[in-house]
Amino acid sequence: MDYFLSDEQKMIVDIARKIAQEKIVPVRKELDEKEEFPHEIIKEIARADLFALFVPEEYGGLGGRIFDVCLAVEELSKGCLGVATSYAASGLGFLPIIISGSEEQKKKYLSDLASGKKLAAFGLTEPDAGSDASAIRTSAVLDGDEYVLNGTKQWISNGGEADIYTIFAMTDKTKGARGASTFIVEKGTPGFSFGKKEEKLGIRASVTRELIFENCRIPRENLISREGMGFIIAMRTLDKARPAVGAQAVGVAQAALDESIKFAKTRHQFGVSISSFQSIQHMLADMATQIEAARALVYAAAKMIDSGAKEISAASSMAKLFASDVAMKVTIDAVQIFGGYGYMREYPVEKMMRDAKITQIYEGTNQIQRNIIASHLLKSA
Amino acid sequence: MRQILSQFGTDCDSGAAPRTMENWYEHREMIEINIVVCIKQVPGTTEIKIDPQTNTLIREGIESIINPFDTYAVEEAVRIKERIAQQSKEGFSGPESKVIAITMGPPQAENILREAISVGVDIGVLLSDRALAGADTLATSFTLAKAIRKLEREFGKISLILCGRQTLDGDTGQVGPELAQQLNLPCLGYVIEVMEIDNKYFKLKRLMEDRYEVFRVPLPAVISVSKGINEPRVPSLRGAMRAKSAPITVWRVSDLDVKSEEVGLSGSATQVIKVFSPHIERQSEIFTGDVDTQVEKLTQKLQSLGVV
Repeated sequence: MDYFLSDEQKMIVDIARKIAQEKIVPVRKELDEKEEFPHEIIKEIARADLFALFVPEEYGGLGGRIFDVCLAVEELSKGCLGVATSYAASGLGFLPIIISGSEEQKKKYLSDLASGKKLAAFGLTEPDAGSDASAIRTSAVLDGDEYVLNGTKQWISNGGEADIYTIFAMTDKTKGARGASTFIVEKGTPGFSFGKKEEKLGIRASVTRELIFENCRIPRENLISREGMGFIIAMRTLDKARPAVGAQAVGVAQAALDESIKFAKTRHQFGVSISSFQSIQHMLADMATQIEAARALVYAAAKMIDSGAKEISAASSMAKLFASDVAMKVTIDAVQIFGGYGYMREYPVEKMMRDAKITQIYEGTNQIQRNIIASHLLKSA
Repeated sequence: MRQILSQFGTDCDSGAAPRTMENWYEHREMIEINIVVCIKQVPGTTEIKIDPQTNTLIREGIESIINPFDTYAVEEAVRIKERIAQQSKEGFSGPESKVIAITMGPPQAENILREAISVGVDIGVLLSDRALAGADTLATSFTLAKAIRKLEREFGKISLILCGRQTLDGDTGQVGPELAQQLNLPCLGYVIEVMEIDNKYFKLKRLMEDRYEVFRVPLPAVISVSKGINEPRVPSLRGAMRAKSAPITVWRVSDLDVKSEEVGLSGSATQVIKVFSPHIERQSEIFTGDVDTQVEKLTQKLQSLGVV
């Protein structure tokens, strides 16, 4: 399908595709097996200016359009969802600064994001606060000109590798969700350490760690916006970031379909290629149709966000929800088309299936996405 | 700053005229190296067609790519420029080194110059003229040498000329060394590592069949690079945008200090009169049966042929 991309958008696709094909695909199996963070590939992504896509031009970026980010994420995800996660998670970590940061904070941090010199991470989830983000326990207490942070964040993508962390902590526990605030914490700050590296089902090239705050003192000016704005900043950030999860899903699904077509044409059974069987043909047709529908929804949501529209929650959730469900279904079907080969680690589709699962879980489970969509429907009816 | 002072101190120790902080800039030798990288467009296919009349490659209708061996030369040229900028960052600023990519070919060869610009080359120069067609390596290196002389007049001294090891289509590996001869410059082939960079010399490691050799090569010089010297980068988005609109300088025969009989087919000392794949006759026979039977049959056959 033709989405009438501009010349610049075609360049984004070309460059991200080149990185995926030339730099990611040859090493993705090894990265997955060794659970290695892709330092060299991240450098390549940075050098290609792809991190600049997150950042507005006035802060050294190339526009800060979600649609452009989605194009890059989709292509990188065709190579490896773990690598794409490391890229997208950095953008997610910086988004609170882009959305609600002060002029000084933007000037201080965003040029390093745009150049890819520094990675970021988004620290919201805690052991007892997943879908219920208002239940976070990490606290921040103002003491003179400093906030003192205490608590633990869990399952933080880019944890340990990132230099800049946007951390959500309670400044007033009595106010519930309205008592949360957002802070910028730099790696190396005394009292800020990392827990164990998690072992995961998929996206094993990405790194997931605990963040531990023990009387970690940060300057008062590292507060983003005002006290009590944390929950609103988190929701605005996730509203903007979700289409990129949809783009990850579209990318991994497309890669699984491409592999399936290639395999179906070369695999012979009963004396003919399995692509001549209608059962296989129909599976491929369904996979392609679902992927295209997911892509159209992701692109539409991203463009709506870039237009400056205010009510973006439902569209953004629909894009993430639909695309990630498609990715799971398509990658399972890909393994089925490959049959026994699909179950073997020598072939790439089992990894895609393991990787795809996360898109239904992170940045809000698909159950939470349905809650968001439903609440929008019922509120506006 | 410490580094600057120690440099300053060393100079004093060596008996040079005393320098003050105010004038050290003038006394520090800036590394300023303009680099020319010679590239060629080759057919992006394994089905190479030869014109039966001229015995040269038919390029029409075939997608062209930058000669893969040349991508390493382009990458190394850009890396050398970046290293110089890095060295300058330590406190010295000066005129930036430029990387100029030059190619000889039909008008559409402009595309590979844009590709080179997208990965960091500053200027693209295309030598394109019907009169240049059909050139052998001698006429090619002669034309390139003339163009490089002209580049020097326009952009300043050229200190380094980089070439790929060979092309994918012609496969001769001659143009680099011939170019050095035409320009009367030292030439080092198969370079695998640029070890040191200075205004006056480069320390280079080259890869031979069974060993490495390290050379100190005075500048200016011509070097050709081996495949393993680097891993070419993917273009950057800003680079791709710049490449799209970058002006490409096109020089015709009349722009160069040459006579038309010195270039192209008429300036060539050699002419390929026939290109063909050698015909190899191979007789094969496949033995069937279980392993013992196959071994038995093979032994008999080899004995009957007098091999064993």
